[in-house]
Amino acid sequence: MATLPPVSHDAQTARRNLRVGLMAFAGALAMLALGYAAVPLYRLFCQVTGFGGTTMIASETQAARAAARATGQTISIRFDASTAGDVPWTFRPSQVTDTITIGERDIATYVARNESSRPITGVATFNVEPEQAGKYFNKIQCFCFTEQTLQPGQEVTMPVLYFVDPAMLDDPGMKGVEQITLSYTFHRAADPVQPALAGTN
Amino acid sequence: MATTAEGFDIHHGHGHDTHDHADHKPGFFARWFMSTNHKDIGTMYLIFAIIAGIVGGAISGIMRIELAEPGIQYLQWWAQFMGGGNDLNTALHMWNVFITAHGLIMVFFMVMPAMIGGFGNWFVPLMIGAPDMAFPRMNNVSFWLTVAGFFSLLFSLFVPGGSGPGAGTGWTVYAPLSTSGSVGPAVDFAIFSLHLSGAGSILGATNFITTIFNMRAPGMTLHKMPLFVWSVLVTAFLLLLALPVLAAAITMLLTDRNFGTTFFDPAGGGDPVLYQHLFWFFGHPEVYIMILPGFGMISQIVATFSKKPVFGYLGMAYAMVAIGVVGFIVWAHHMYTVGLDVNTKMYFTAATMVIAVPTGVKIFSWIATMWGGSLTFKSPMVWSLGFIFLFTVGGVTGVVLANGGIDDNLHDTYYVVAHFHYVLSMGAVFSMFAGFYYWFPKMSGRMHSELLSHIHFWTFFVGVNVIFFPQHFLGMQGMPRRYPDYPEAYAFWHEISTYGYYIMAGSMVFFFVNILYALVAGKKAEANPWGEGATTLEWTLPSPPPYHQFETLPVITDAHDYHDHRPLTA
Repeated sequence: MATLPPVSHDAQTARRNLRVGLMAFAGALAMLALGYAAVPLYRLFCQVTGFGGTTMIASETQAARAAARATGQTISIRFDASTAGDVPWTFRPSQVTDTITIGERDIATYVARNESSRPITGVATFNVEPEQAGKYFNKIQCFCFTEQTLQPGQEVTMPVLYFVDPAMLDDPGMKGVEQITLSYTFHRAADPVQPALAGTN
Repeated sequence: MATTAEGFDIHHGHGHDTHDHADHKPGFFARWFMSTNHKDIGTMYLIFAIIAGIVGGAISGIMRIELAEPGIQYLQWWAQFMGGGNDLNTALHMWNVFITAHGLIMVFFMVMPAMIGGFGNWFVPLMIGAPDMAFPRMNNVSFWLTVAGFFSLLFSLFVPGGSGPGAGTGWTVYAPLSTSGSVGPAVDFAIFSLHLSGAGSILGATNFITTIFNMRAPGMTLHKMPLFVWSVLVTAFLLLLALPVLAAAITMLLTDRNFGTTFFDPAGGGDPVLYQHLFWFFGHPEVYIMILPGFGMISQIVATFSKKPVFGYLGMAYAMVAIGVVGFIVWAHHMYTVGLDVNTKMYFTAATMVIAVPTGVKIFSWIATMWGGSLTFKSPMVWSLGFIFLFTVGGVTGVVLANGGIDDNLHDTYYVVAHFHYVLSMGAVFSMFAGFYYWFPKMSGRMHSELLSHIHFWTFFVGVNVIFFPQHFLGMQGMPRRYPDYPEAYAFWHEISTYGYYIMAGSMVFFFVNILYALVAGKKAEANPWGEGATTLEWTLPSPPPYHQFETLPVITDAHDYHDHRPLTA
């Protein structure tokens, strides 16, 4: 016997088997799709809930609304800066700490300087500590929203316009938080294809 | 369509020579390489699992011997042996390769093939009164995909993987170590190995689900199915829902490594913690995949050797369903230290502890089954008792580790190593030996030596406890896992632990001698060698069963309960 006949089922069983088998297989495919959907869902989840210290992005109107609710209480903000190993920049905050009024907008600046002899494009990742402060830390404008290209030896001052939402005063999870640390890390973005183009970024 | 006609014949048993037909076997190559017979495929899975177990166990021996005393003794030799350099970096990479290979082999190529592919293939169709699996050809594909996966993993040992040959990422393959941290094709081959064996397992799971839903003998309702079949059904669902998520995660790793995507790279907006979430969303159900079929086997064995129906049958079945469901929502207890906030940790602590409830239902039901039973301590039963005791020890340390606060201290220490080896290398492995001794006479038609299997049990029991119990102490004292070297303070218990390995390795000699003895000189096994306690359908067939069984389907009537499926003698 050249080939081996498997035990074959009558036509009805075979049809039912195929149906259940395909349903099971479809379930597996759905989980595969969910695995990929986890990537945008996870990002969305962090942005909405401030999970893991993800900061919020606020509009001018939201900022004005928050300022109206300011009670005059203050909080200390600490600024932190670092670069990934392959980014030859010096990158530091202009001020280490700042005390601000909760609800009112404030501006902080960071200074970055390209120490290498090539133009380098970086992109900053960010978060805050403690993590539960993420959903109250709102940025109106930030250098981290876009990629930054520095020419050899160029030094730039980069601003971040932010406020802390007064709603934090009502959150028991924020009780005892006297300082929020805002941290940035510059990573290497894809290298500019042509130096001429890089300047227009 | 000659094959269809022939198969049709076999199924319905036309003509006068039905018995000859049932035992007609094809030639060697067609039988073993193109097999569509669930018993042959089960046998191949078991042999494959034993071979993979020898490889994985030998690797753990290399590690235990290296850890016997402080300092690096043998790693440089192994690094050179495997074709790497003589420097310390290569030697340390070699260590990472060993822990990775040991974990992957034991999980994907020993426990899973043995429990699901081996015992599942052999006994699910027999126990539900089916002639074979629903998709016999796909069954064959599953097996050879698993073998191909094993070879892909072995091949990864001989190609560059960073600071030496082989994939040194741990079985978890965390980014960024597995992406920017491991240059060279070794990690790609390891990932490909997981793809292959994962695809094989998904096909196998589909096959089991279809078989159990559609191919039960008339009258064999879901609530009359033996608990082993229940356990494989739940396991198949876990495989079906968990493995594709692993496939997605490691495919993202692969594209991060080779095609410039940044799923797990913060420089491009990705997040390495996302990989851990995806991995453990698969990884936690995976640990139940490894133990649930063991639960099923223990239920059969305890009932058989207590000569009593299992206590609380429905509770036992739905406890497994509950473990399977809750197993999907506790994954982050593997990653308490990534920076979860206190509320998240609180949820995962509570959810994890809830699993102790259905697990406790099972432990107490096994004890209640034995209570008042007519116990005989044959080899499968002593292994089952060993399982119940040791799995409970591992479960208790699991409840300790479930606490997010305590885990901050114990995370990635030997305490964790001791915990998961108590539930796997004692829980899962003891249940596999129990199942092996229970069904070996049925599968081979020969009786093994009770004396040798008892010696095997006692030496193995002492060995694994001497290996792993002291590792609790090491972990409490702060010994981190995955290191080849340690300060003098840890030397004492490491030395004891290594002695335990020698005892355990020695005990395996009795196992292999026992198999040889049984195959060469073992007494012929009767259809039911275990007596009146063995009441499921596989014991109604001769040992070994005919090549094609149940030409006339067994009928389960209203007079049958969940326990006794033997034909009624009226």
